[in-house]
Amino acid sequence: MPRENKLDKEKMVVVEGSYAVAHAVKTCRPNVISAYPITPQTHIVEDLSQFMADGEIPNCEYINVESEFSALSALVGSAAVGARCYSATTAQGLALMHEVLFNMSGMRLPTVMTIVNRALSAPINIWNDQQDSISQRDTGWIQLYAEDIQEISDMTAQAYKISEDKDVLMPAMTCMDGFILSHVYEPVVLLEQDLTDKFLPKYEPEYTLDPKDPLSYGAFADPNYYTEFRYLQEQAMQNALKKIEDVANEFYDIYGRYYGGLIDEYRTEDADIIIMAMGSVIGTVKDVIDKLRNRNVKVGLLKVRAFRPFPADAIRNVVRDAKVIVTLDKNITLGLNEGALCTETKSILYNTDINVPVIGYMLGHGGRDIKVDTIERIIDEAHEVIRNGIKTESQFIDLREEIL
Amino acid sequence: MKILPGGICQAGTTRVNKTGGWRNFKPVYNYDLCIKCKLCELLCPDSSVIPREDGFFEFDYDFCKGCGICENECPKKAIDMVLEEK
Amino acid sequence: MKEIRVHGRGGQGSVTAAELLAVAAFADGKFSQAFPAFGVERRGAPVLSFTRISDEPIRLRTQIYEPDYVIVQDPTLIEVVDVASGLKDDGMLLINSDFDPETFDIDTKAKILTVNATKIALDIIGRPIVNTILLGAFAGATGEIQPESIMDAVKKRFPGKVGERNAEAIQEAYNMMKEARI
Repeated sequence: MPRENKLDKEKMVVVEGSYAVAHAVKTCRPNVISAYPITPQTHIVEDLSQFMADGEIPNCEYINVESEFSALSALVGSAAVGARCYSATTAQGLALMHEVLFNMSGMRLPTVMTIVNRALSAPINIWNDQQDSISQRDTGWIQLYAEDIQEISDMTAQAYKISEDKDVLMPAMTCMDGFILSHVYEPVVLLEQDLTDKFLPKYEPEYTLDPKDPLSYGAFADPNYYTEFRYLQEQAMQNALKKIEDVANEFYDIYGRYYGGLIDEYRTEDADIIIMAMGSVIGTVKDVIDKLRNRNVKVGLLKVRAFRPFPADAIRNVVRDAKVIVTLDKNITLGLNEGALCTETKSILYNTDINVPVIGYMLGHGGRDIKVDTIERIIDEAHEVIRNGIKTESQFIDLREEIL
Repeated sequence: MKILPGGICQAGTTRVNKTGGWRNFKPVYNYDLCIKCKLCELLCPDSSVIPREDGFFEFDYDFCKGCGICENECPKKAIDMVLEEK
Repeated sequence: MKEIRVHGRGGQGSVTAAELLAVAAFADGKFSQAFPAFGVERRGAPVLSFTRISDEPIRLRTQIYEPDYVIVQDPTLIEVVDVASGLKDDGMLLINSDFDPETFDIDTKAKILTVNATKIALDIIGRPIVNTILLGAFAGATGEIQPESIMDAVKKRFPGKVGERNAEAIQEAYNMMKEARI
């Protein structure tokens, strides 16, 4: 259900996206922060270091480490003793954490980590796409994607509440597009301390590591037990589906700001063409939709906020009556010639009574700007699919043929 | 036994898993030769050498697996490995 | 919506200029957005930054290809970069230079203005840092933004004497360019 996003201009300040996130983290009262600086995540951890040095984050340890692997490992131990933990990373740093990501989710330790989305090397590229977090989609982390800096800031508090819920207990990644959101200055309501204290109570885990009452974490599970742990993790992800919606509503009740729960819709009510996308490209797509709606083009947007857990039912309900679905992916599954959103969307429509064609576009890789006319061209091609059926199911849209 | 999410379990559960039954040879002290040097206590991989108040040691046969490290390391040959009668 | 592109060299404060412009525009009651062209920062290399100013919240996240205004911090860039690329015909190109606008052979129908920001900087601040001064000149030439808002933003960013002197230089540039208002 669409809700009005009440933005109070009086409370807004113009700050950098990274600062807004660091401020939000501070407001969530973390107990342990551990991170290793890497472009374009650096400003977040610099701002947090500054807050620490200025004594603005009470009851918190900032653990300096020599790598991302250690940063997240430090948080595994910290979360096990009941600390509210935070980290941030991107690209190669996230890839280096890969093994520990499984440990954290397997041990069911709530944590929030901001992923400042960036392309993976090689070739070396520090700019934005979403290959880094998409490549970690099977690690058992909740993944939420934000559209602007207000959303990524507010999402930080939401993610703690989802992750720490006793029916969930899964770590969460909040994803923001590198540079496009991390380095932009725009008006934002910084996460309010008084409201956050109301929204996000102290983290009180049922079990903690405590020398006075010892427990074992990270135990061994032989073939008689391992399957059941994987099953429970999947149950937790399914529980998170509802929790993500509930938390978005609770957030709205307290703060008056809403960006959708699992998904959000923009002008989808009678849309023949539904564009599905994640992250900062949403804003540009909305502008294009308004422009085309003025010319009576029936196009709408389905914003995917939660990529893990994947909101199958929510998406099915929206796309049911469309004539074509268009997915935009800043990633590729090499060897399948598709982005992950395209693959997942097709998979949730199979074995259902919904018969809507899906076409996928891969774009915006390694920081290539996604222009208005690119989106318009995609919508033109979607019309062609409605008229004459699918010719190419999935493709790159912004290739520079002249250099190939 | 129900499992807890995340595989959290009670600590120190090796205490209930008595491994003494694995033994084929059991170590036995000859206190006449023992000089209380503590090497056996230090080197026992199963913490099955228990100090006594008089400074000598005794074996915890609930957990000793009979590996024989203590016999091998004893500088005074004060430990004999004796065939278990099963 | 008004779109502004700032050309400079790494280390000249082009990104800071775009940010301060966004802060000042918001103080004027507008919505704003500022971002760099995400280069690998090296001192002296040509860099780009962008600002959008609008009465409505800004959702667009593309780079700016058809700016209303272009600010050039270093005239030597004109030989290296197409500073007028996409500039609207009724737009304005503001160059930091002690030469007259006619001196520059730039392919644009937009109005070209020059301001000797380096001289103002040396006279008032004592260092050849021109980014804030060009904002004052921009405010004077376009009327898009209140000079007080820029001065407040600069003083907040650079507290103390540095901010005060910058504010003075901004006022000077503003007064100078107000007469040339487009």
